[in-house]
Amino acid sequence: MPLATYQTSVPVVVDDAKCIADKGCTVCVDVCPLDVLRISDMTGKAYMAYDECWYCMPCEADCPTGAVTVNIPYLLR
Amino acid sequence: MAMDEIVDGMSEVSCDVLVIGGGTAGPMAALKAKLKNPKANVVLLEKANVKRSGAISMGMDGLNNAVIPGYATPEQYTKEITIANDGIVDQKAVYKYAQNCYSIIEELDSFGIRFLKNENGDYAVKKVHHIGTYVLPMPNGDTVKKALYRQLRRARILISNRYMATRLLTASDGRVAGAISVNTRTAELLVIKAKSVILCMGAAGRLGLPTSGYMFGTYENAANSGDGYAMAYHAGAALANLECFQINPLIKDYNGPACAYVAGPFGAFTANNEGSRFIECDYWSGQMMLEFYNELLSGKGPVFLQLKHLHPNTIEEIESTLHKVERPTRGLFQQGRGTDYRKESIEMHISEIGFCSGHSASGVFVDDFARTSVPGLYAAGDMASVPHNYMLGAFTNGAVAGADAMEFADNHDFADFDAADIAKERDRVMAPTKRDDGIPPNQIEYKARRLVNDYLQPPKVTRKFELGQRRLAEVREDMEQRMIARNSHELLRALETQSILDCADMAAHASLYREESRWGLYHLRTDFPEKDNENWFCHTLLSKKDGRMTSEKREVQPYVVPIADDEKDLYDKQRIRVSA
Repeated sequence: MPLATYQTSVPVVVDDAKCIADKGCTVCVDVCPLDVLRISDMTGKAYMAYDECWYCMPCEADCPTGAVTVNIPYLLR
Repeated sequence: MAMDEIVDGMSEVSCDVLVIGGGTAGPMAALKAKLKNPKANVVLLEKANVKRSGAISMGMDGLNNAVIPGYATPEQYTKEITIANDGIVDQKAVYKYAQNCYSIIEELDSFGIRFLKNENGDYAVKKVHHIGTYVLPMPNGDTVKKALYRQLRRARILISNRYMATRLLTASDGRVAGAISVNTRTAELLVIKAKSVILCMGAAGRLGLPTSGYMFGTYENAANSGDGYAMAYHAGAALANLECFQINPLIKDYNGPACAYVAGPFGAFTANNEGSRFIECDYWSGQMMLEFYNELLSGKGPVFLQLKHLHPNTIEEIESTLHKVERPTRGLFQQGRGTDYRKESIEMHISEIGFCSGHSASGVFVDDFARTSVPGLYAAGDMASVPHNYMLGAFTNGAVAGADAMEFADNHDFADFDAADIAKERDRVMAPTKRDDGIPPNQIEYKARRLVNDYLQPPKVTRKFELGQRRLAEVREDMEQRMIARNSHELLRALETQSILDCADMAAHASLYREESRWGLYHLRTDFPEKDNENWFCHTLLSKKDGRMTSEKREVQPYVVPIADDEKDLYDKQRIRVSA
């Protein structure tokens, strides 16, 4: 069965200017209960790779530079 | 290496006590096991990261069931929970919890978790339940996980994060022998031999689909996909009263409570569209949920949490708790909706269904030592059958499980298991990665959960359940024959989907077995609308026998705390009567 991808706006937004993942930080990726954050190969910054968010906030609360913002997913906003 | 690339690999380790699940009960179980025998090896296995996993990922706003000397007695608490759970309670475990929980509060206090005290230095316990006073706010409840984590490090518990347990290993005599797990980032398998195993894997919270349609917008932490229920089932353990679903009153569209437990003691209350109270008590019982449901359907809805009548300072105090702890995005949500607690009531609705003993009673059947029906296997927290046990119950029963599981490990050697079981499980786990073409896990999960909503949500209609079982069987066939996982993250979701479908099947089977209505909305059967104490004043135990799902009755153990006849139906009188 052929597969297609479809677009989805993700709730977790990372400010690349503040994110220090390229310096080796993985805090947000480490703490996420749903394991949906990754470090981009291209930018070296953290981003939300999978739209499977419980908008629980550890990524935002534990980020050492305040780079992460958790929004309410659009569907329930 | 590409993101989440699948690595073919398997390793094997062994330990004395294996604790699976690092949320609430798990860390306490691991800690108590280790303290009982510091020389033994205790492994804490976690699908996410123990630092921030489970229902209390962001902490908790308070204890909902604190039995504190001077405010409540173990006898009173046991009586209250027995009545709230419609009498179907083995009181020994509840009574033991009620006796032990105060020492756990003191221990948590010593970890640096503070509880609200009044000007005299006494715990400031609030009344939410029908009879007794058990609710204790936690002003720094956001620090719970950090405080626990410190204790785990200090005790040198071996923590393995990002491993999802998939099946238990058992010996030919039925005893537990360990578990098989898979790394969620690489798909490598890890076999863990253990003398005893404690399951602390949380609720089955990803069962129904939230009305928002967002699959991960569940009341429970969406990582709690019922893996523990499925693993216990496949290992031959009995599961109790699964038909007693968990359904909660939540903020409409948001997956957290409004929350009457926090705001109620300050004077907030649940109101209908006329601004009138319609329930006697905001404590989450099936009977209360039934009145909530009836009000929504009656034309007097929507239902609201009303607090705009309170003093602005009081509202500010409530707001600061609600928007900081447990579900901090609650504030963000209200802001987005433009809901100002000072001006507007909070619209509420009812949650999707799930299994959870934390608020109801559906769980792996355990005795007062947290022992399941499988020798050497324990369960604690939201997934074990001690009813209404909330966070403090998870801590307290986790502690009981940890100590007893270590004693078991001290007195037993490793159980033998058939090596072929590992090869078989490896094939099962990896099957979705071996297909080139098929259906991705998110579609299978969505369909299964949509069917749960369509057919299994109360009120429970026999014909609907039978249709639901047929449809779910079709989805199962797709899952087993056609599901694909293209990377290790998708494999994690594929494995969770299997737990979800197992739980859906168990929910249907258990509900059809109990031919009466009980626990208010949780088990409201239109074909059997009355409570039938003559035939159904019993537990129902579901288990796998000869490869088939079966249910049987199990008598309720004699009460430790007697309940007078005129007290038995106190929770049946939840609706406020209009006096003439």
